Amino acid sequence: MKLHEYQSKLIFAEYGVPIPKGKIAATAVEAKQIAKELGGRVVVKSQVLVGGRGKAGGIRLAKNAAEAEELATQILGMEIKGLPVRKVLVDEAADIEKEIYLGITNDRAARRPVMMASSEGGVDIEEVARRTPEKIIKAHIHPLLGLQGYQARDIAAGIDLPREHWRAFEGIAAGLWLAYRKSDANLAEINPLVITADGKLLAVDGKMVLDDNALFRHPDLADKRDLDIEDASEIEARKYGLSYIRLDGNIGCMVNGAGLAMTTMDVIKLFGGEPANFLDIGGGANAEKVAAAFRIILTDKNIKAVLINIFGGITRGDEVARGILAAMGEVKPKAPMVVRLVGTNAEEGRRLLADANMITAETLADAAQKAVSAAKGFSRSPKGKSKGANK
Amino acid sequence: MSILADKNTKLIGQGITGREGLFHAQRILEYGTNLVAGVTPGKGGEWVLDGKVPIFDSVKLAREATGANASVIFVPSRFAADAIFEAADAGIELIVCIAEGIPVLDMMRVRNYLDQKGIRLVGPNCPGLLTPGEAKVGIIPGDIAIPGEVGVVSRSGTLTYEVLYALKEKGMGVSTCVGIGGDPINGTDFIDCLLLFEEDPTTRQIVLIGEIGGTDEEQAAQFIADNVTKPVVGFVAGQTAPPGKRMGHAGAIVEGGTGLAVDKIRALENAGVRVAKHPEEIPELFR
Repeated sequence: MKLHEYQSKLIFAEYGVPIPKGKIAATAVEAKQIAKELGGRVVVKSQVLVGGRGKAGGIRLAKNAAEAEELATQILGMEIKGLPVRKVLVDEAADIEKEIYLGITNDRAARRPVMMASSEGGVDIEEVARRTPEKIIKAHIHPLLGLQGYQARDIAAGIDLPREHWRAFEGIAAGLWLAYRKSDANLAEINPLVITADGKLLAVDGKMVLDDNALFRHPDLADKRDLDIEDASEIEARKYGLSYIRLDGNIGCMVNGAGLAMTTMDVIKLFGGEPANFLDIGGGANAEKVAAAFRIILTDKNIKAVLINIFGGITRGDEVARGILAAMGEVKPKAPMVVRLVGTNAEEGRRLLADANMITAETLADAAQKAVSAAKGFSRSPKGKSKGANK
Repeated sequence: MSILADKNTKLIGQGITGREGLFHAQRILEYGTNLVAGVTPGKGGEWVLDGKVPIFDSVKLAREATGANASVIFVPSRFAADAIFEAADAGIELIVCIAEGIPVLDMMRVRNYLDQKGIRLVGPNCPGLLTPGEAKVGIIPGDIAIPGEVGVVSRSGTLTYEVLYALKEKGMGVSTCVGIGGDPINGTDFIDCLLLFEEDPTTRQIVLIGEIGGTDEEQAAQFIADNVTKPVVGFVAGQTAPPGKRMGHAGAIVEGGTGLAVDKIRALENAGVRVAKHPEEIPELFR
């Protein structure tokens, strides 16, 4: 789960990271008021969960409160990469001497969090990593011991930070690590961390991505979720404990298990079709969950055929069949459906579906081929029987 | 012969008094696995599964009473790290954790601690182990595999069942099947299993099932090129997965240009692994 800049910076501040004075505004009038309180120059920053806000004109400098209001009006009406701007952060403008990058993420291969810093701040760090990897200084953090002071000092020296800033930098690094660990983050980033004209370090931008699996112990953070960035069907799917991702193709998929769901998509592609979605109904799904999955798949208007591939283990074939039948009664799908049931109670499931006018398949390859030809037949003559529809 | 679990495994189940846990414990017992005890704090002294399996309050007590050397953990993800630490501190040698959704930072702590103690963990977010005809330590359906010479290692669950089923349909048996799990940080990895299969005299062929995300398949490919003499057939799921989207498993995500299926397939093929186009093709590639 991604957090907005203002949310991330407030968390950093709780752990002692210095951030600019500022407040969040939902209207231009509020923005003006905040700018007046701050006095002097301010930065008006769109709060959307995508990169490239600056380039899109979503971050602007205002000389006074009146200009802040004007800019906030413009920015609040914007869409950035398809996302509406609903809030702006109004921050005191910093007098910037130098920009640094400082971040923490999980290094999967090392099985440890890694702190990374670069003297090249304010730009896309992945770009720096590609062009000049030697400019990124790293320290792996032992998950049982945490970040050590010497590691922070090594990083400060590694990025040629002037010595007078080492003590402050060590404090910020420690704070960022604590924010990361205590919030169960997968990413915590200050970009840029600036050295101001009056010789202070300040986190002027911040970003956090939290571990969805750990939100159960952070109900306060879980409440911060911004639903704007998610597809409505994906939100609906999460409500039912389903894992759903919409894609561009026209063959809807319903599968139990993530690996098998991906494989089903791959096999559809292998036989010349295009999957319309990834959908894992999980283990032990009951009829109600299957029915919800089915409804979600069919909200996609591009669907020309549906492939249901269930390998019963904990999930029972008869439960899946009952769910499909229930959902079919409700949504009355026109697209042809191919069903493959194997494993626990598959026999009974197949029997339940025998009268439901579905295409059945024995193997995954067979099922995929049938779905592909059914989708083609369906697109050519929507009213007619699909060419691959043999029972 | 087999790897990790066999008829001599003395197994306990942590969290087998819950609905899911009990369901699977029943199947583990029916399969003929030597399930000697269960652990549920607060339920010590009870017996489950028609009085065949005693329940203890802690892993320590269960181990002292039964001499168990392995544990399968069915507790929900938020309690799973604690359950793993408990098993490790009680002296259990093999821990299999089924739960999906353990926080990454928890798993980093677990993995570091277990590495220090030299304890083997399989999972989490995995279906566990199956040594056909001898032991079922997890949730892999027992009836989809027969004893034989193929060692199977996989990051997936039901995809593994699909492969086992395809092998059985062609009359090919399995020495041991290990589901290592779909999380970014897990216990036993591909290389651990490849090494064990290479050393296991029963295993003559190996199936490796990978998926997008991370670089474990690439590392496995290098290990195969350097150390594995037995024929390996592979499959990698997620060729059509879009970047930046987590495909169900926490570990299955293409990020920053790494973790792509195409790179994994190329690495495996360069190491001499025959990579199947779809799972049902796997048995054919051994001929």
